Amino acid sequence: MNIDDVPQEGNRTHPGQRKSIYARTTNGRLGLVASSGWEVEEIVTRQAVEAFEALADAARKKARRGESSPLEYHMYRARMDLALLAQASGLWRWRVRRHLKLRDFARLSPALRQRYADALGIAADQLATLD
Amino acid sequence: MPTSGFLHQQASHCESGVMSAILRHYGLPLSEPMAFGLSSALAFAYLPFIKLSGLPLVSYRMPPKAILRGLQKPLGFAMHTETFRAPEKGAARLNALLDAGQVVGLQASVFWLPFIPPDFRFHFNAHNLLAYGRDATDGDYLISDPVLEAAVRCPAADLTKARFARGVLAPKGLLYYPANPPREPDWKSVLPAALKKTTRIMLHTPLPFIGVRGMRWLARAIERLPAATDAQATKLYIGHLVRMQEEIGTGGGGFRFMYAAFLEEAALLAQRPTLAELAAELADIGDHWREFALAAARMIRDRDPLDPARLAQQLREQATREQTFFVALAKAARG
Repeated sequence: MNIDDVPQEGNRTHPGQRKSIYARTTNGRLGLVASSGWEVEEIVTRQAVEAFEALADAARKKARRGESSPLEYHMYRARMDLALLAQASGLWRWRVRRHLKLRDFARLSPALRQRYADALGIAADQLATLD
Repeated sequence: MPTSGFLHQQASHCESGVMSAILRHYGLPLSEPMAFGLSSALAFAYLPFIKLSGLPLVSYRMPPKAILRGLQKPLGFAMHTETFRAPEKGAARLNALLDAGQVVGLQASVFWLPFIPPDFRFHFNAHNLLAYGRDATDGDYLISDPVLEAAVRCPAADLTKARFARGVLAPKGLLYYPANPPREPDWKSVLPAALKKTTRIMLHTPLPFIGVRGMRWLARAIERLPAATDAQATKLYIGHLVRMQEEIGTGGGGFRFMYAAFLEEAALLAQRPTLAELAAELADIGDHWREFALAAARMIRDRDPLDPARLAQQLREQATREQTFFVALAKAARG
């Protein structure tokens, strides 16, 4: 890649930030060149972010209808899945899966609520809400 | 406020950038490509049994910490590393080192770092950055994250959370700094050894999912994607490949451009002009990786029909090109 081919298309996933990539510079040698963004990268980054947003959105609707617990919504909002939430909270996967159900979630002890809140980086009282 | 006279410098990849900066600070100027190439960090791996949000791990380099470990022998120094069970202890130790004027390398999860743009904050635990000081009044850390343009500040609670994130590749508060100063190596012996190791990994790893064989294996998996029945899943899969190749701080083209820059430098230091010719070849291969990324992105946005077979074909051509390239590199390394 030559310095003139380094994309300067802007990228709304890193607004105002440039990243460095290696390209052939004006002295004929490969070196770091600042890039304001490449649309290809914007497409794939937004795709990954939107996939989690869609999951969180669906989980929120389900929770509103009373079909699942708010924990599922918060899990996807924190860009986690079941495996990751289990690791982050230090709980068995089957236990987390149970707590995704409204009935078991409602019975959670304050200690477990705190544990989930810590893993998700939110306050314990936020866990029961859909904010 | 002690800042140890440290100067931030942007790089393209976190681990090689941190190593380049930390070695420079402790007395040995070493470029990022040299840190990357000398530690034989280039690779290809397709690991379908390790899933990230349900998608296979695909990597264009050796596993995390390979650069950190791989530079010790050629540069004749030992990297002192510490991990912690209790976050409080990890924070206290970092503070003590910074107050003593040390510049310290850290491993952390990207997700919990507030200065990373929100769209990049996924649960990737093997991010590397440097701490070079601490604000005595509010306790903020002075951070040099090599993928950012400028040095930043980070509240203590956020950094501690990021250093003690759990899950795959959990950092466990890892911090590191050289125990003794690195020294300039005998380039004519360390460079051929580093090249040889990379060619062995790319051509002769006895596992079908590593090196050029791994590319062919991945091509087969791409061919089998359910493009007709589940376009959404297929698009997520190919988008994931492009993210691993371009987005995760690779310097473009899945580290191929950075390794080409290393070869150019190596040609001068080891006085092997053949390596400069090979650098140009690898830069061409990097361009083909960029074409692969572009083709995938166009399919994701429906500008081109979703056709995994075409991507698989492109990947197989890359495998052939890289095979030829690494055979030539192995020959050049022998001298």
